[in-house]
Amino acid sequence: MKIYGVAVLAACFIAGQLIGDVLGMVFKFDGNIGGVGFGMLLLILFGDAMKKKNWIDAEAESGIHFWSGMYIPVVVAMSSIQNVKAALSGGWVALVVGVVATGFCFMLIPLLSKFSPNTENQETWNN
Amino acid sequence: MEQLIKLIAKHDLIVAFLFVGIILYVSYWISKKLTKGKIPGAAIAITAGLVIAYFGGKKGIADIPLFAGMAVFGGSMMRDFSIVSTAMGASISEIKKTGIIGVVSLLLGISVAFFMGGAIGYVMGYHDIKSVVTIGAGACTFIVGPVTGNAIGASSDVIAISIAIGVVKSVLVTIMTPLVAKRIGLNNPQTAMIYGGLIGTTSGVAAGLAATNPKLVPYGALTATFYTGLACLLCPSVLYFILSFFLAA
Repeated sequence: MKIYGVAVLAACFIAGQLIGDVLGMVFKFDGNIGGVGFGMLLLILFGDAMKKKNWIDAEAESGIHFWSGMYIPVVVAMSSIQNVKAALSGGWVALVVGVVATGFCFMLIPLLSKFSPNTENQETWNN
Repeated sequence: MEQLIKLIAKHDLIVAFLFVGIILYVSYWISKKLTKGKIPGAAIAITAGLVIAYFGGKKGIADIPLFAGMAVFGGSMMRDFSIVSTAMGASISEIKKTGIIGVVSLLLGISVAFFMGGAIGYVMGYHDIKSVVTIGAGACTFIVGPVTGNAIGASSDVIAISIAIGVVKSVLVTIMTPLVAKRIGLNNPQTAMIYGGLIGTTSGVAAGLAATNPKLVPYGALTATFYTGLACLLCPSVLYFILSFFLAA
């Protein structure tokens, strides 16, 4: 049943939000700290464990995949409900930050690749 | 006519499904036919969303009663739920294969985007910590910006800017990747994983690698799928606290 997958996803989501809220209280910070990230980590851990134990079948998993397929449409709907008129007053910020920060990350790729072991000495790296 | 408006208002969420479906269909058509896939359909659709929001008010298009359902479909509950669901694609054994260098590239990519973005935002006039953090998070991906902004209570216009930054990044990554692939040595799985971790914006990474060498897509996407989750974890917490040493609230 597809709903089993959706229910597992919902459980991970709620647990993640709970961890995020508790962390927010611990750090005396008005809000949720990383609830979405914790939800993802929980789903990775539980999803993997349940697949190995055959607790979740392809049908149940398709319930989760439906929601991951809805991710882009939800983001499109989300962008359509933003205060864009106000954002346009800072339009250059978006362009400059986007271009400079991304360009800088691109320049780091060859730098980090030098420190990366190639496939042959992968084992020595792990040892 | 009055009957139709009543019908739409009564079923606003369903109308939003239809409306978003049409936006995506048109966007993917434009991506394929007019840009030959150079600009990803997702990036066009998100940009279209921002353009549409312009015709609304403080809550974007949702301020117009006919499109009130967009506020439910694109609200934070639906958004966070669908983001968490994308983690299902990644498995622990594959994480282990990525190795230490993958983790390094993720942490480095998120920190560099965050601090570079935040610093430029600061220079360009945003001095309060909530705005700087949200702008820095937007330089990660168009998801991390609004998630972080909502978590720390940033204003809606700064959140909109953070989405726009993420969209600029996604479009840029897609266009730039095939052009710079040779120069940055992007021709093997290892570099593809580093690339995915450093750049992170999943739609841009997947589209950019597809245009470079389709065989590299899963490797780049693997690390990239962790980027958004990890950045959603780090930006409103650790990175926010680090910045709070430099900036007053």
